Amino acid sequence: MNSNPTSMASSAMPNHYRQPLLQTPFHNRARALSQHDSFVAWAGYTTVDVFTTPEQEYFSVRNATGVFDLTPMVKYRVVGAGAAAYLNHLVTRDVSKLKLHRVMYVVWCNDDGHIIDDGTIFRLGEDEYWLCTAERQIDWLLDAAIGYDVEIAEVTAEVAALAVQGPTSCWVLKQFGLVGVELLKPFELGYFNANGIEIMASRTGFTGDLGYEIWMAPEDAETVWDRLMEVGRTRGIRAIGSQALNALRIEAGFLMPHYDFISSESTIRLGRDRSPLELGFDWLIDFKKGHFNGRRALMAEQASGVKRRLVGLDIAGNKAAHSALLYSDKAGQNEVGNVTSAMWSPTCKRNIALAIVNAPHFAMGATVWAEIYLNRELVWERRMVQAKVVEKPFFAPERRRVTPPADR
Amino acid sequence: MATVNGKSDKYDAIVVGAGHNGLVAACYMQRAGLNVLVLERNDYIGGAAVSRSLYPEFTYSNCSYVCSLLRPEIMRELELPKFGLQIIPYEGGCTMMQDGNHLALYDNHDALRREISRHSKRDAEAYDRYARDVMRQCKFIKPLLLREPPDPTSFKPRDIQELLYIGKRFHGMGEARMYDTIRFWTMSAADFLDEYFESEIVKAHFAGSSIIGTALGPRSPGTAYVLLHHYMGDIDDTVGAWGFARGGMGAVSNSLGASFQASGGTIRSAAPVKQVLVRNERAVGVMLDNGEEIYGSTVMSNLDVKRTFLETMQAKDLPAEFVTQVQKFKIRGSSGKLNIALDGLPTFTAIPKDSPCIRGDLHITDSLDMMERAYDDWKAGRWSQAPYVDMLLPSQIDPTMAPNGKHYMSVFVQYCPYKLADGPWTPEKRKAFGDTVIDAIARQSPDFKSLILHAEIRTPWDIEREVGLSEGNIFQGELTMDQLLFNRPIPGYAQYRAPVKGMYMCGSSTHPGGGVMGAPGHNAARALLRDLKKVA
Repeated sequence: MNSNPTSMASSAMPNHYRQPLLQTPFHNRARALSQHDSFVAWAGYTTVDVFTTPEQEYFSVRNATGVFDLTPMVKYRVVGAGAAAYLNHLVTRDVSKLKLHRVMYVVWCNDDGHIIDDGTIFRLGEDEYWLCTAERQIDWLLDAAIGYDVEIAEVTAEVAALAVQGPTSCWVLKQFGLVGVELLKPFELGYFNANGIEIMASRTGFTGDLGYEIWMAPEDAETVWDRLMEVGRTRGIRAIGSQALNALRIEAGFLMPHYDFISSESTIRLGRDRSPLELGFDWLIDFKKGHFNGRRALMAEQASGVKRRLVGLDIAGNKAAHSALLYSDKAGQNEVGNVTSAMWSPTCKRNIALAIVNAPHFAMGATVWAEIYLNRELVWERRMVQAKVVEKPFFAPERRRVTPPADR
Repeated sequence: MATVNGKSDKYDAIVVGAGHNGLVAACYMQRAGLNVLVLERNDYIGGAAVSRSLYPEFTYSNCSYVCSLLRPEIMRELELPKFGLQIIPYEGGCTMMQDGNHLALYDNHDALRREISRHSKRDAEAYDRYARDVMRQCKFIKPLLLREPPDPTSFKPRDIQELLYIGKRFHGMGEARMYDTIRFWTMSAADFLDEYFESEIVKAHFAGSSIIGTALGPRSPGTAYVLLHHYMGDIDDTVGAWGFARGGMGAVSNSLGASFQASGGTIRSAAPVKQVLVRNERAVGVMLDNGEEIYGSTVMSNLDVKRTFLETMQAKDLPAEFVTQVQKFKIRGSSGKLNIALDGLPTFTAIPKDSPCIRGDLHITDSLDMMERAYDDWKAGRWSQAPYVDMLLPSQIDPTMAPNGKHYMSVFVQYCPYKLADGPWTPEKRKAFGDTVIDAIARQSPDFKSLILHAEIRTPWDIEREVGLSEGNIFQGELTMDQLLFNRPIPGYAQYRAPVKGMYMCGSSTHPGGGVMGAPGHNAARALLRDLKKVA
């Protein structure tokens, strides 16, 4: 491990106090398409929240192809003879099972078995991995690397990335020049040369639909964007912002840090951090693989049973239950949890939510009551509506798995 | 003797000293229906929270200079905004480095991360963990500030109840954080910061608040708590934020004074108390320097514990062991202060021209070694040759402090001893101390010296003489574990009651300590009112 201070060699005069947020290599293109000046900060970058309307952007992914700039997602390159062992110790899943050119969804915990973050591991080479995360955490990653022959460096700014998602996404990428991209299975990655541009593509995404993420050098970013938009024009391609993505991921049952859980690295109050068991990630934990961070605490928690669980809710009515408190009774006497993410699902035609619910009310099929406040032309109405614990994901089309995928 | 408001000439309570804590206590007691008199030695009120004009059209915050710890409950209950108090937060800060680089602090999280990254990418992300752990500890300590510390050796229901409260909160932090509390309350700031940061400049910047007002170095055990102490305040619920009182820190005292008088209380300035009168083992009043005697059912001292018991009271009226402990109370002077009127805004070579960090607290000590060496000078009985300074230009934000285009600079200096190795302080030595500080600042600011219109230079010796703080210690006693909570000021006497009936103490010598918090005054008033059965 490199023990030198991790300072960046930067001789340029700092300007971050004038412009705290960075721009992605797609910024100028995104700026031109944005009709609302609606930008949000994401991991140190400014990104588009809404281009045109969240509904149109949402439907592009469920019906055609949506393109989302995911450059700000934090990326770490993990290389070295000890990389696999290191990652296996870091995360709860068995990374030794991750084959070359495959991707794995993972979570990692502190020693108390509380989630620090979730993300994906890309195996790019024999001893070379990417760890993609929501939050910057080099401090923790280096602490956890003590004793491992591994080098860890953040490479976020070195790679530009786009998510290309939706039923026509495979067709669009074929037209774009990714020859053979249709052969990629879910969670598989491949290297392509698209008319002179080197692209790494992975069949991954945050929408629950058929889709790919493509990774390129920042200097190729604008060319790739322009060509994608051009080849996809006749198949309803459009740029999507983070509001649309948020709706897509709720339908897919994916969790969002800061909304559905808070990293144990940043909680102030005791009991506000969450274990993977509480978040329903039992399937991501491999107790048999040997020691990993948080293993002992998680085994104890599994033995005693979780006190609360993140579940999917199907809620009566059609009004989204944003931040609703949940009760076991209609009178609202006994509070048993709260909604973390909510929406009316235009595809499922259901009023859905992700929620943290206390034992025993989180059992599949259990009924709770959601307290919803409605703003009706500035007059607020309070509703107590029934909500049922249901399976998630709420939306899981067959096309997301089929290889090769259909063109539309 | 004059009657007050037509009532009898005997007061329910006489407060000795119109510092901010004395005034806070006086306000609460007057509002509870007592007839309260506040006596102040100087011809202006405020103690160490004063705004004075020593150069035409300039106002200085002569001693304390920034505000964060003043409890919002007190501001609200005593209606201080109605009486003229406004706290304006400032953001940012900067440590200038000897090599021309700098570390700036910004409120914007992304700007801050990118700034720290220039020095250490790892530290930029470790900062979040640092901020989290500091917040966790503050969350535990904060509710204890406005409570009387329990006596752990007592079996009184109230003490047991309060001990249980602390115990419950302590336990409620969870195992790991309980360990952290014990460690953070006892370890050195250097060890504490080493657990988070690798970069020397980052550690030096954050270590600053661990030595302010404290006769210890960054490597002395106990200084991590002093660092935490400075994070415990908030402005409008932004924990750890600091700001300016509009009009200088005297606005705190003046609004308290106005609130007190509006509720019917009496303040007499230029009325120095010579002695607390004790009859039949009971405090019955005070005698002024001019021999005038004023009687009261109770007496409350805002003076520090040494001045209270060794100078205004007589040993014959006090238990001998108590007096010994008061003598041994650590209240060493270690800080000086320069207040400077400037003809314009100085430029600092290390700070980019348009960086807003110049509106925050500015520093010139870029390593813990440099800070520790500054402390070495104090130990040897001389002021630091390369002093740590906490320097602000409040007039950039508060337009009342200086004429347009000109600036007031407040320079807090660490370290400056009360007792010099080469004999007593003299005006010449004071000037030499001031020159050392001005030269140190001028090394980072070429135009600084040419802009100086006037400078007030205050050594611990001056602060003791002018403000009355023993040895010029700004906290009325050091904030180390042996002098905190139920040990502050003296074990067994942490509940604001002196070992003489009817005698109380409300200065920063008492729990929870100094920093223009007002909490000691609030708690002392409650203790007295409880004894009088005015509150539960």
